Parts: sequence; C-alpha cells; structure tokens
Amino acid sequence: MRFEQPLALRSGASIAGYELVYETYGTLNAERSNAVLVCHALNAGHHVAGVYADDPDNLGWWDSMVGPGKPVDTERFFVVGVNNLGSCFGSTGPMSIDPATGKPYGPDFPVVTVEDWVHAQARLADALGIGRFAAVMGGSLGGMQALAWTTLYPQRVAHCVAVATAPKLSAQNIAFNEVARRAIITDPDFHGGRFYDHGVVPARGLQVARMIGHITYLSDDVMGEKFGRALRRHVTDTVLRNDYRFTFDVEFEIESYLRYQGEKFSSYFDANTYLLITRALDYFDPALSCGGDLARALAPAQADFLLVSFTTDWRFAPGRSREIVEALLANGQRVTYAEIDAPHGHDAFLLDDPQYMAVMRSWFERVHRSVRAPGGAR
Amino acid sequence: MTTGAAAHGPAGQGNGLRADLARIADWIAPGSHVLDLGCGDGALLAYLQSAKGCRGYGVEINDEQLLACMRKGVDVIQQDIEAGLGMFHAPSFDVVVLSMAIQMTHQTERVLREMSEVGREGIVSLPNFGHWTHAWSLLRGHMPVSRELPFEWFDTPNLHMSTVRDFEDFLRRLGLVITGRVFLRDGKPAGWLPALRSTQAIYRFRRG
Repeated sequence: MRFEQPLALRSGASIAGYELVYETYGTLNAERSNAVLVCHALNAGHHVAGVYADDPDNLGWWDSMVGPGKPVDTERFFVVGVNNLGSCFGSTGPMSIDPATGKPYGPDFPVVTVEDWVHAQARLADALGIGRFAAVMGGSLGGMQALAWTTLYPQRVAHCVAVATAPKLSAQNIAFNEVARRAIITDPDFHGGRFYDHGVVPARGLQVARMIGHITYLSDDVMGEKFGRALRRHVTDTVLRNDYRFTFDVEFEIESYLRYQGEKFSSYFDANTYLLITRALDYFDPALSCGGDLARALAPAQADFLLVSFTTDWRFAPGRSREIVEALLANGQRVTYAEIDAPHGHDAFLLDDPQYMAVMRSWFERVHRSVRAPGGAR
Repeated sequence: MTTGAAAHGPAGQGNGLRADLARIADWIAPGSHVLDLGCGDGALLAYLQSAKGCRGYGVEINDEQLLACMRKGVDVIQQDIEAGLGMFHAPSFDVVVLSMAIQMTHQTERVLREMSEVGREGIVSLPNFGHWTHAWSLLRGHMPVSRELPFEWFDTPNLHMSTVRDFEDFLRRLGLVITGRVFLRDGKPAGWLPALRSTQAIYRFRRG
C-alpha cells in the first residue's frame, strides 16, 4: 500500500512517500473489532502464515502461531502482517529508489526507530479501517513494537502480547549488534552502502553478522545437544572420521551449521537493512524520556498485557521480561506473565513448545471473549 | 508453589469455592486489590473479580495451574513465591492471600514478612497439624495421614507443619497482629476445642 503523506521520523528526517507491504489472514468482522497486528523481528516480514499457491515452500515465519485452528485462530481474528519501513521484503527501504536522486537510497535511507515503525503501522491500520486492534503482538524486536503501540496509541490496543523481548537492550546486546555491523561495514564489497551500484553484495560481512546473531538465538544446551563436538564429514570421506584434519577449514558440525545459516541469509537479506534494524533495536528505550522510569513510560497504556519469556533465552532473558512485568504491576495494570521452561533459547519464540502454545491459545481465548462481549466482564 | 491438592474440602456457601477460600472471600471487601500467592487454578480471584468487583493478580509457578488461571481470565504471574516478592511494590495491595500453601514453603518467615510488606492485610489458611487424630497417630508410632494431609512422610510437599497455637505465636513474633481467625473442621466451623478439633485454620493479620 502506497502512502503519499510524508512520515516525520524520530531522527528529525522524514520519508516523502513510502510503500508498506502487508498480508492479511481471516476476515475483519462488521464491528472491525477482531483485528490482530503481528509485528516482525529482525529478519522476517509481512509473510506471517501459510504458503503462496505458486511458492509452496515459503512458509510464513510464525505459521505455528497464526492460522486456522492455531492459537491466533484466523477463523476468529483478522490478522495483519506488515513489513516494516527500511526492511527488504517489499516495503520502502534502502534498496528502493530515492525519488530525489533516482537511485537506490542505500546508506541514505533514514535511520528508523521502533516508534517510527509503529506510526507507519498505525497509518496502515487507518487505511484498513481498523480503529482499535484486539491485539498487537510480536516476539523479540516485534515485542518492542507491541509495547510501543500501547503507549503511542493507548486507545487503539486492547491486548498486547510481547514475547521474548526486553524494555531496552543491554550493553552486551548492543555489543553483539555492533560486531555484526562492523562485519558488514568493513566488508570491501560494502562500498559505503553503495554496493548496489557495483553489482555486488557484502556477503562475507552479512554471513558473519548472521553467524553472530545465530549464536545468540540458541542456548548453550541446545547447541551442545544438536552439534556437540561432532566432526563434519566431508564428501571425500569414505569412513567415519574420528581424528582432526588440522586445518582451518570446517572441522566441527557447528561451524558447518553456522556457515550454512550465514550463506543462506546473505543470499536474501539486504546489508543496509541489517544495519538499520539492529540500530532500531539499539535505540529502543521507552523509559528514556521518563528519566529511566519504565513504569511511568508504560503508564498511558490501556491494554491487557501478556508477557512471555523462555528460561534458556540469554539474548532477552526472563529477567528482561520481568522488568516490564514489574513496571506494569507497579501501575496496577492488567498483566499476565508466563515463563516457559523450554530448551531452545531465544529461538523458542518461533517454535511450538506445548506450554508456550497453550499459553498463547488461552490468552487469545480471552481476546476472543472480549471481542464477542466488548466492555463486558472479562 | 501449588496450593495443596489435599485441601479440597466440601464447597462452601454455594459459590463453588473450596471451604477455606469461601471464608477468605468473605473477609475481602468489594473492590479490593488482591494478591493471591500460590493461587492454584485461580478460583478465588475469579470469584472475587466476578462477584465482588475486585482486581489483582495470582502468583503461581505450576504450568498447568497457570493455564487454569488464564482460562478463567485471571491475571497470573508465573513465579516461585519463594524467589521473593520484589516484583510487587510495597504496599500496593489491600489484601495478600496465601491459601493452604504455607506448609510447603522453605523460607516461611520470609514469605510471611514479605506478605505483610506488600499488602495492608494478610490472610493465611493452613492445615492444623495439632488435630487430635494426629496426636493419636503419633502415639501409635506413625506420622499422621489425613484428608488435609494425605501424604506419607517420605513423599510429602509439606515442609513446615504447625499447630494453630504455633502459628499464632509465629505471627506475634513477626510483629503481626491477628485481626481474625476461623477454625474449620471438614469445611464447617469447628465449634468447641478448635485447636484440637479443627483440620484447617484461617488467619487475617496486619502489621502491628
């Protein structure tokens, strides 16, 4: 969907006009009260659930959560997935043509924040005729957007679902992001972000960035269980090896896995987008304007909150979700908090742990009840 | 912390609540802000929300019980109450409830102290270890096993058992003032010799 009205950004810059790509699932009811907005994290987009007829392998990134009969049941809810500004899956971003120059924005695409995304999403909601979402939900960076929604548009969010998220990044989180960005920026093929003009992509930088990211998504236990110290078999091996090769080539299975993930990622993800999105993560800090008082920052929210964390997530550990819960409790706001005992680390939010699924299903039963009986007993 | 499955006595007062919860609900004023520690399936909060316009949160560690609360529309925080109540700012609740769970706590003193800090009033229900049949069991050389305390000594979640008199001494030692007490025998008022004949006791208390 094309938006011609300029969008003023937090940085002071503005985007003249822009495109937001979105997908919807289910049917908006007559009262327009059953809409659920799904906010994506770093490397996902608007394709939340299902597959396309002409691309049966391209499964939506949260298909375990959203669909007919799923916890977010598309037979009840009208689900909207939107690709954020600055991303690389169709919405206006660094790969788009800058009308001012006739060339791709590249490094000149303005730095966007979580709040900027939310304002853009709100315009999409306006255009779709959605005054108030039954729920706004997301995991990780998506959870930050859901939180931002509740304070930027308190009257437009009935329920907020924030999974495996944090009220702001820690120094360690920012450090990981910075290593990833340096890997990209120092890749000779990056060309100061103008690599499109040179017909190349900074694939090595993106690969390293993704490898670092991937390490932080998994728990030590899962990595140990999945790969341990297993050695990589090479195609030339005729028997199972039990000795080292004494080279710096891929030796362990974990190395092979990370390289594979890195290569896959660098084949479809835009390097400038990676920089933008990690910066949006770094900058997110809703309490900053309230002197660091998160409770005060969240006070305007009118939503009922569900916070979910995973015991083995060390990227956004349970303690980070508890900070948010504590702030909401201090305000006497409605909040439920589930701490899921799952082994998969941060990645768990995209997987289908039975307790996690049951928690989400129960919550969306509650959302559904409030849709059917607005203002009634909850 | 789950509430004792053992504690399911006869339903009280026609509201479907467990007997001790029905008494506790009677003590809670309409519109109160309530924290229910070890809230189990959330039955008390669900009742208080719908019948008395109360609001509040349950605290529950058990996955199944958490889901049961959520299905009732009760807000619940998944946490071990022994990990401390630091998330709850003091004093922010009118009433803090701990029903049939205190005997399962490790740091019983800390839990009670924190209860009295985050709430203006505390309510605790507990099994009475001083029930006369228990003394009879001990005289015969066995640890008591009863409806309220159905566990064998080697397989019990109960760590800190007390008689009602012990518990009253304990509250006083913590500087807490008992403002109400009810003794139940099989879910009904215990009548005469309650310290020996009651199976459950319920106390309400405040900071002195």
